[in-house]
Amino acid sequence: MAKAVEGLRLITEEGLRHDGRRPDELRPVRMEVGVLENSDGSALVEFGKTKVMAAVYGPREPIQKYMVLPDRAVLRVRYHMAPFSTSDRKSPAPSRREIELSKVIREALEPVVLSEQFPRTTIDVFIEVLQADGGTRTAGVTAASLALADAGIPMRALVGGVAVGKIEGVLVVDVDEVEDGVGEADLPVAAAPDIGLITLFQLNGVLTREELDRALEMALGAIRRIVDMEKETLKSKYQVAGEGEE
Amino acid sequence: MSMTPYRLPVIPSIKKETYLSIYSKGLRLDKRDLITPRRVSIETGVIEKAEGSALVRLGNTQVMAGVKVDVGSPFRDTPDQGVLTVHAEFVPLASPIFEPGPPDENAVELARVIDRSLREVGVIDLKSLAIRPGDKVWIVWIDIYVLDHDGNLFDASMLATMAALYDTRLPDYEEYETGEIELIRDRRTDGLKINHTVVTVTTAKIGDFIIVDPNFDEESIADTRLVVAVDEAKRIVGAQKTGDHGLTREELSRAIDVSMKAAEVYFNALEEAIGRRVR
Repeated sequence: MAKAVEGLRLITEEGLRHDGRRPDELRPVRMEVGVLENSDGSALVEFGKTKVMAAVYGPREPIQKYMVLPDRAVLRVRYHMAPFSTSDRKSPAPSRREIELSKVIREALEPVVLSEQFPRTTIDVFIEVLQADGGTRTAGVTAASLALADAGIPMRALVGGVAVGKIEGVLVVDVDEVEDGVGEADLPVAAAPDIGLITLFQLNGVLTREELDRALEMALGAIRRIVDMEKETLKSKYQVAGEGEE
Repeated sequence: MSMTPYRLPVIPSIKKETYLSIYSKGLRLDKRDLITPRRVSIETGVIEKAEGSALVRLGNTQVMAGVKVDVGSPFRDTPDQGVLTVHAEFVPLASPIFEPGPPDENAVELARVIDRSLREVGVIDLKSLAIRPGDKVWIVWIDIYVLDHDGNLFDASMLATMAALYDTRLPDYEEYETGEIELIRDRRTDGLKINHTVVTVTTAKIGDFIIVDPNFDEESIADTRLVVAVDEAKRIVGAQKTGDHGLTREELSRAIDVSMKAAEVYFNALEEAIGRRVR
């Protein structure tokens, strides 16, 4: 976590943020699919300096034969941070934070993956945070959604994620590391707007009931935009592939 | 790595239908209504060797929390603060679905949700835990021990944690000229400086219903659960969706509303156990 710089104001008198963004403005977002050769589907997602890669393998034979379900695929998800992704080196061994985030990210994807179409198989989603600058779990969900679609896995809808923070009393969307380090609250949300489902919801910090409603509203608005970008990204790849030599 | 649970008990779909048809009458199988938690009992001081302890029964769920304290070094970035650590063990005696071994993702998640619910709002004044700022501070270990799993481990664990923190008395100590500090564990002194009281309320979405405090059977047919942490001033101090399905905006909102109401029941039980009002 970034340390607060003494006396630094994170919201200016004009209501702008330390990097000049408006409260409801995302960082520059970049999305790319098919970035890896070996995996069945892959994606690279950037929100500002946050850089996350996801790869999907499957549906495939489970490595351990007993880890199967007779009526659906087993979804396996790993969220992992590269040792060089943070200011202080992060040990590559999975931390308790990574164990928890792997779980909530899997649970953010379960509602949209049509796993019942692939009984007795495994679908693996591997998320690597290459650079962490806030919002890595929600960027991870976004990258995973793209990678699943890129792998051709049937889904009910695409999922996108973003975190809303409360910084110096102001609700802001897509918090970066500096804001996260000093914020009063952090609300990571993932949703599938096309089917009206919130699939990841965490609150770290303190909000009133009314603030929570407004923060959720902001998150869902931003997620709508993020999912639209996902669709554009997928369209542009597959339109080119259709016309080209692939 | 997180995996779709593949070892959970198989639930006949007829069972789910039975539950849903009873819910539609506003009732539960154990005769509760949809938004009332099970009977809560909280006993403090159950482990004399721990600096603080509590046993919580929530229906047939039993969770014990123990607080142990040590003297140690502060973290470099918070030299004037004590250290708070929350750990949860789902020990195999508590349920046929628990296996011996290191904490799995469910135990890790539970401990981290409770840790954040305590930390973010500042339940414990960590500055008051500095003995010699920058050098020696109190390290507070909260260990959550699930003894009998009949659902809703979050709420039972949070109540046990809160009650054990209120029960905690720091040991006396001797400070030598060398700077060493020796604890005298059988002489207890002050309690912890507790600034806020937090409970969590877990709701489950089952079909179109939102129910409070699901038991084990209800959890196994639940689509998903929401844990909401509420403090004595009715602020929301933490939340976590846990489970393989999603929630609509309306369901989420409804779940938060009933959670804030049900929190009263837990606060009443907690106040009775610690013998004073916190609201």
